[in-house]
Amino acid sequence: MSLVSDLGHSRGQAATGTTFAVAGGREVHIRVRNLTMAYGDFVLMRDLDFTVQRGEIFVIMGGSGCGKSTLLRHLIGLNEPAAGEIWYGDENFTKAAPATRELMLRRFGVLYQSGGLWSSMTLAENIGLPLGEFTDLTPAQIREVATLKLSLVGLKGFEDYYPSQISGGMQKRAGLARAMALDPEVLFFDEPSAGLDPVSSCLLDELILELRASLGSTIVIVTHELASIFAIADNCIYLDTETRTMGALGNPHELLKSCTNPGVRRFLTRGREGAEGVREGETAHG
Amino acid sequence: MEPQLPTVEMRSAGDGAGVVCLRGDWSLRGGIPSVDTLAGRIDSDSLRRLTVDADSLGHWDTSLLLFLDHLEDACRKRGTQLDRSGLPDGVRRLEALAEAVPERAGARAAASRVSILARIGNLALKAYRDNHEMLDFVGQVAVALGRWVTGRARYRRSDLLLFMQQAGADALPIVTLISFLVGLILAFVGAIQLKQFGASIYVADMVGIGMVREMGAMMTGIVMAGRTGAAYAAQLGSMKVNQEIDSLSTMGISPMEFLVLPRLIALTAMMPLLCLYSDFIGILGGATVGIGMLHLSPTTYIIHTEWAVTLKSMFGGLFKATVYGALVALAGCLRGMQSGNSSSAVGDATTAAVVTSIVAIISACGVFAVTFYVLGL
Ligand SMILES: Nc1ncnc2c1ncn2[C@@H]1O[C@H](COP(=O)(O)OP(=O)(O)OP(=O)(O)O)[C@@H](O)[C@H]1O
Ligand SMILES: [Mg+2]
Repeated sequence: MSLVSDLGHSRGQAATGTTFAVAGGREVHIRVRNLTMAYGDFVLMRDLDFTVQRGEIFVIMGGSGCGKSTLLRHLIGLNEPAAGEIWYGDENFTKAAPATRELMLRRFGVLYQSGGLWSSMTLAENIGLPLGEFTDLTPAQIREVATLKLSLVGLKGFEDYYPSQISGGMQKRAGLARAMALDPEVLFFDEPSAGLDPVSSCLLDELILELRASLGSTIVIVTHELASIFAIADNCIYLDTETRTMGALGNPHELLKSCTNPGVRRFLTRGREGAEGVREGETAHG
Repeated sequence: MEPQLPTVEMRSAGDGAGVVCLRGDWSLRGGIPSVDTLAGRIDSDSLRRLTVDADSLGHWDTSLLLFLDHLEDACRKRGTQLDRSGLPDGVRRLEALAEAVPERAGARAAASRVSILARIGNLALKAYRDNHEMLDFVGQVAVALGRWVTGRARYRRSDLLLFMQQAGADALPIVTLISFLVGLILAFVGAIQLKQFGASIYVADMVGIGMVREMGAMMTGIVMAGRTGAAYAAQLGSMKVNQEIDSLSTMGISPMEFLVLPRLIALTAMMPLLCLYSDFIGILGGATVGIGMLHLSPTTYIIHTEWAVTLKSMFGGLFKATVYGALVALAGCLRGMQSGNSSSAVGDATTAAVVTSIVAIISACGVFAVTFYVLGL
């Protein structure tokens, strides 16, 4: 309950535009045009077409193995589209020259599904590396930033631990702290709440809302967590394995109310509705 | 919108009160403004109360939070009150989130200085533990071998065959190159000396005996240490990192039997074959020099080689090669299994495997030399 009211609160904030990034109002940040994703000859998804507004929290959902992580990898340029284009603002990311692309990449922060922490560095060093490379901060300041970021994800005091010395959920949160290191414009999180207890997971939702509200970041999240989808998502896309394209696009509350795609209904109602849901819908219409 | 530089200004509002005015766009990339000048103003104007005015603050990020942190520290030290009500709500909420989970007691490891004596002691203990682990490992391998001999070991035949291919046929190119060159070098070094006595023909004897008794086995051993022993350590080390070894043991499959045994058997079985091949190629290398440069006739060269290389010395060489193979496989697997849980630990394990293998080969070589001499072989 409190989460929903929280959501309302930060939405209100975004609308009044107390902070800089949202002040510009609705502005397209990420535009995906007719994207086809394939591994070799195996086409995973075709004709994905959507936009993400600046300062929006955008959720990618779908069954396991449908290509959510792959979509994320396309968005950050780790995989090349088989067809279609990805734009950031008015820059074509897909066609960008390597140097331009590198500059664009610096504005991204990414949390990988398996953490992706550098195992031979402590948590503080993990967070400090991008700061040392791309800012003029002194080592002492970098350390302070690392401490602050770690405390934002509830890991205060673990600066000098190695990734192998902390638990799986803690690694996930440390990865989150590293993704936020440079306060990037766009954050990509691949299943940030996997392996977290409900309380940490709830704090994480709050953190995500807060990042958007205060820093104005655009946040793209892959998640299965229904509670957090409903609590934080402004918009979401559902990747449908059966039709190999997007099954639905829109605000999750509205999708729950009015979407008729059986896959989406099954997903949003945890399988309670689905096959019968469609039949009910049909009788209602007929 | 052009980003504006972050600026901090201080106004006196009279009566010991001051206003800190934050302007511009604050970003980590632009650095964190220092609070030193502010602190200087607080001291010089002896301000008791500070208000933060953020009305013309643009974009901000973590740099603002850190700046405020520093400011608060400076104020606390001087007993000045800091009124933060003028700050954006987001600042307060982010700070609240940062405080939401208290620091876990005892999480921060106390950085302690270790005295030199303690360090020496720790090293000694570590050396002792290392030896203990090595003996433990050898013992476990012996048990696994026992189970293998009695046909009770659990491993995959296909793995064994694959390892045999990797440690056997796949190694032929590099063994060919090294052995040929070693034979060639032996012949060259010998030729210069022997020519002085007009005894060039004994190059054949020298290369033959040298390759078959020592060099064939040793060079193959060292090549395999760098090639296969290192690979074993890296494979087992990364399996350790990914918890694959743990998942084997929890399923009741002994990693010793499943992982170490096939590698050990494959390399030990392939080494004598490789050594035999290496002997042959080495002699060929020697013959190239003998026939091509010293103008010996091929027949004489072959006859001399046949006469010099006895079956006894050849089997001695093959025996050594077998032992070297076992040592390399054991060292690789031992270091792999001992590896830590990070990518750099896997690198360390690989290095340690090669070093251990080579030390083991050279020591064994010395032991063999003495033993064979005493036994008159
Ligand atoms: N490198 C690869 N080569 C070939 N196929 C791949 C590769 N990586 C992933 N796939 C395939 O692509 C599909 C989608 O994988 P992806 O990792 O994107 O799934 P996902 O939606 O993130 O699933 P999950 O929720 O389980 O993480 C899978 O069916 C997988 O088999
Ligand atoms: Mg995935």
